[in-house]
Amino acid sequence: MQPNDLDHIARQIRLRDLQAVFEAGAGHIGGEMSAIDILTALYFRVLRIWPDQPKHPDRDRFVLSKGHVALALYVTLAKRGFLPEEEISTFLKPHSRLNGHPNCNKVPGVETNTGPLGHGLPVAVGMAKAAKLTGAGYHTYVITGDGEMQEGSNWEAISSAAQFGLDNLTLIIDHNRFQQGAALKDTNNMAPFPAKLEAFGWDVTEINGNDMAEVVPALERRSNRPHCVVAHTNKGHGISFMQDKVDWHHKVPNAEQYEIARAELSEAV
Amino acid sequence: MNAVTPSPKLHDCRDAFVSVLERLGADNSRIVAVCNDSVGSSKLGGFKAKWPERLVNVGIAEQNMVGVGAGLANGGLLPFVCGAACFLTGRSLEQIKADIAYSNANVKLVGISSGMAYGELGPTHHSVEDFAWLRVLPNLPVIAPCDSIETAAAVEWAAAYEGPVFLRLSRVGVPDVLETGHKFELGKANLLRDGNAITLVANGTLTHRMLKAANFLAAKGVEARVLNMATVRPIDVDAIVAAARETGAILTAEEHSTFGGLGSAIAEVVVAEAPVPMKILGVPGVFAHTGSAEFLLDEFGMSPAAIAEAAIALIARKSSRA
Repeated sequence: MQPNDLDHIARQIRLRDLQAVFEAGAGHIGGEMSAIDILTALYFRVLRIWPDQPKHPDRDRFVLSKGHVALALYVTLAKRGFLPEEEISTFLKPHSRLNGHPNCNKVPGVETNTGPLGHGLPVAVGMAKAAKLTGAGYHTYVITGDGEMQEGSNWEAISSAAQFGLDNLTLIIDHNRFQQGAALKDTNNMAPFPAKLEAFGWDVTEINGNDMAEVVPALERRSNRPHCVVAHTNKGHGISFMQDKVDWHHKVPNAEQYEIARAELSEAV
Repeated sequence: MNAVTPSPKLHDCRDAFVSVLERLGADNSRIVAVCNDSVGSSKLGGFKAKWPERLVNVGIAEQNMVGVGAGLANGGLLPFVCGAACFLTGRSLEQIKADIAYSNANVKLVGISSGMAYGELGPTHHSVEDFAWLRVLPNLPVIAPCDSIETAAAVEWAAAYEGPVFLRLSRVGVPDVLETGHKFELGKANLLRDGNAITLVANGTLTHRMLKAANFLAAKGVEARVLNMATVRPIDVDAIVAAARETGAILTAEEHSTFGGLGSAIAEVVVAEAPVPMKILGVPGVFAHTGSAEFLLDEFGMSPAAIAEAAIALIARKSSRA
């Protein structure tokens, strides 16, 4: 699949995500929009997966450590055939298996339960280490938020990934520069990330995480060390009035805003 | 039923743990050990010598250790994640909740040197909260074997069980009280001695003390039932209800806080199903002062003689109700 096709899919995923947030009256739309290009590239180009066999032992592993953008993952999984697309309309409804954070025992394609931050990367290190021990050929990908990198457990995992020589592990940092309540730079600014990761022994690539032409080669890159993709993204990407506004971490558009956002995302679909 | 007399020889249950782990590991290459620089204290030296690549040492990083365990299980391995119980459960509680229990990861958590085994090192190194912290988590069996025989049986059971498990082990020497060949059954108490005056329930390092207390009582003509209740979750409701109905009083003892542990789990059943007088012995909601585990257990009223006295006081409450 070519970057143009992937862009088209990413727009469709954004539209469905927006609609679900609007209808559910909740979601984390800012961080969903920032990560959707990466999710699209992974699920429609990079990952070796079998939607009808979500537990296939040779599947590539993907961990959504920033579990609060579960909706973006659900929409992507549905579009890729892991669950019925019409099920997205149950998001957050009573007894829906699609709650605010992904559940691996209910939703096909989800590998581990996330929600509390700083959990996905250690688990991904274990997955990659398991492949080393068993000789399995799968690759493990994990996406964290940039604010999430403030959690100390991530740095325990980063250090151990280098120690274990996990060249089968790719960490993507969704660097949209905002966390829930403030800009990263105004709380505990972990940026810039590249030198820190390099100091821990990682290979680092910096990209525009909302440009498919840069996203795909970065995700496909292989190195002799664990690889970190520092993906510079925009919170609320694709919707002009949400972009880079901290309020849109988990704000819900009103009817007028929803129509404007839909129109903007629809233009290029 | 004849009273079980504990054998005088004391065993470090870690030896039983690693002995079974190495035996199972020889036939099952999926078994890996994960630790936090605790090769020595978890007695994993032998495992490491046999299969160095299958010993995953993450260094002093317990949150990562538990997450890595979940990932190893996702990749098809059978990890035994070992660390001092205080750090494994306290430092990594959220990882145990989200990555292991909620994700239902097939990971065996092995809390070493639990209770007050680290004695003089003080309350930072005591793990007298772990039953309370872990028994509220869905999907996670919580098991404290009482001797080397039950430890071996529980490790064998845990390896075969599909799902997360917490095994709470000690380094303090205990005599064997169960019979060789004992099979572990999740959520099933073992009747070690029968009687109708009162039921004494314990697990871990307290079971043999309970048996000795029962012997003190027998010498005074008081016949106590003694249950070994290794599984704190799921608790053995049937054995508890039977004990309440048939003996009319229940005394518990554990190397754990009196808040939220074995006694509390039993009390929850007693209150709901068959109310009778109860007494919970344990660490009485304080940070322990300096002393060895054995000294502190005695200090907190859990010497066999003190347990027997508590039993007699409890039996008196039973009669006064009648």
